[in-house]
Amino acid sequence: MTPRQRRMTLVFGILAGVSAAGVLALSAFRQNVTFFFDPTEVAAGKVRSDEHFRLGGMVTQGSVQRSPGSLEVRFVVTDFKHDVPVSYTGVLPDLFREGTGVVAHGHMRGDGTFVADEVLAKHDEKYMPPQVARSLKRRHGESRNQTGDQVQSSTTSPAGS
Amino acid sequence: MASWTWFHRLGSPPYIYSLAARLTPWFAWPAAALILGGLYGGLVLAPPDYQQGDGFRIIYVHAPSAWMSLMVYMTMAISAGVGLIWRMKVAHAVAASCAPIGASFTFCALVTGSLWGQPMWGTFWEWDPRLTSELILLFLYLGYMGLRSAMEDVQRADRSSAVLAVVGIVNVPIIHYSVTWWKSLHQAPSVMKLARPAMPPSMLIPLLMMLLGFTLFFVAVLLVRLRGEVLSRERSASWIREAVSP
Repeated sequence: MTPRQRRMTLVFGILAGVSAAGVLALSAFRQNVTFFFDPTEVAAGKVRSDEHFRLGGMVTQGSVQRSPGSLEVRFVVTDFKHDVPVSYTGVLPDLFREGTGVVAHGHMRGDGTFVADEVLAKHDEKYMPPQVARSLKRRHGESRNQTGDQVQSSTTSPAGS
Repeated sequence: MASWTWFHRLGSPPYIYSLAARLTPWFAWPAAALILGGLYGGLVLAPPDYQQGDGFRIIYVHAPSAWMSLMVYMTMAISAGVGLIWRMKVAHAVAASCAPIGASFTFCALVTGSLWGQPMWGTFWEWDPRLTSELILLFLYLGYMGLRSAMEDVQRADRSSAVLAVVGIVNVPIIHYSVTWWKSLHQAPSVMKLARPAMPPSMLIPLLMMLLGFTLFFVAVLLVRLRGEVLSRERSASWIREAVSP
């Protein structure tokens, strides 16, 4: 082996070692570190009842209710398998809509309602002009009862998994 | 081997010094044209987004900066690796010139992302996988620069900082895939994916112009910085006197 080949082996050896360590560390993180829990995980009891955590999912269509005279908002977060009712008092971000993704921070109350102290809006990776969105919606509205696939396809990415 | 002469010539500081000077305008002017055209296309011609309105237009600075923060790191780590293996001073000079440029792009990506996050997500900062790994990238750049400046001897600084640069490259795929591997507040890639880009051509073309413009801008700045780096490393060499005398 020439010195140059030795140095090459060394550099690639370091790289392989660090990558292996990285892969091991990441696969450990993947099981233990999560930015938010989805309603299915909450239903499966993955979070302790007194714990503060982030809940992520889609706001169910037609579920948003505002109490007159206060900032309280109630809505349902879903991952299309399980639902969690959420109560939040405060200002919502601009992108908060029914049918889009949210990440809420808070805790579960005894009655199964998630009391949020912060609500963040997630948006998906799609960008389009308003006219296109309107015509998509119109076309979608006609076939809504048969397919519902637009809702499905836009949920896969915000759920992130 | 005759076919390797171009590689050995690249290792020669006087050759690189004059080559960089000749190449700079070929990158700088197209970069300026693409960035101006891309900005006009992105800020004026492109339609507003159906959800975010005009607010989405920050993507025309944010996405190219974030893309460049990774690109520059790859360039830096690969040249540092070449410098380690072939003991090539010019390669180390390229790596050293990359670091401040990459750190600036990373800083831009973090700041524009934060400004975008506040109105849209409702927060300036969250300890989210994508945001955190990008912040680590900034620290890697700053650590690399700090390590270099802590050592008087250029050769020692070259070698130890090169090891840091090579080791840090594991962070690059982590940043890119953070939004698919973990649940993240950040949305998935719109352009850098295998499927069709998730935006119409009127929005996409200015973005691609900005990406290409930022890339060419990086090369132009790299060439200018590289000349400075070579000058300072070779300050006692005799060719310098001939090169800089009028």
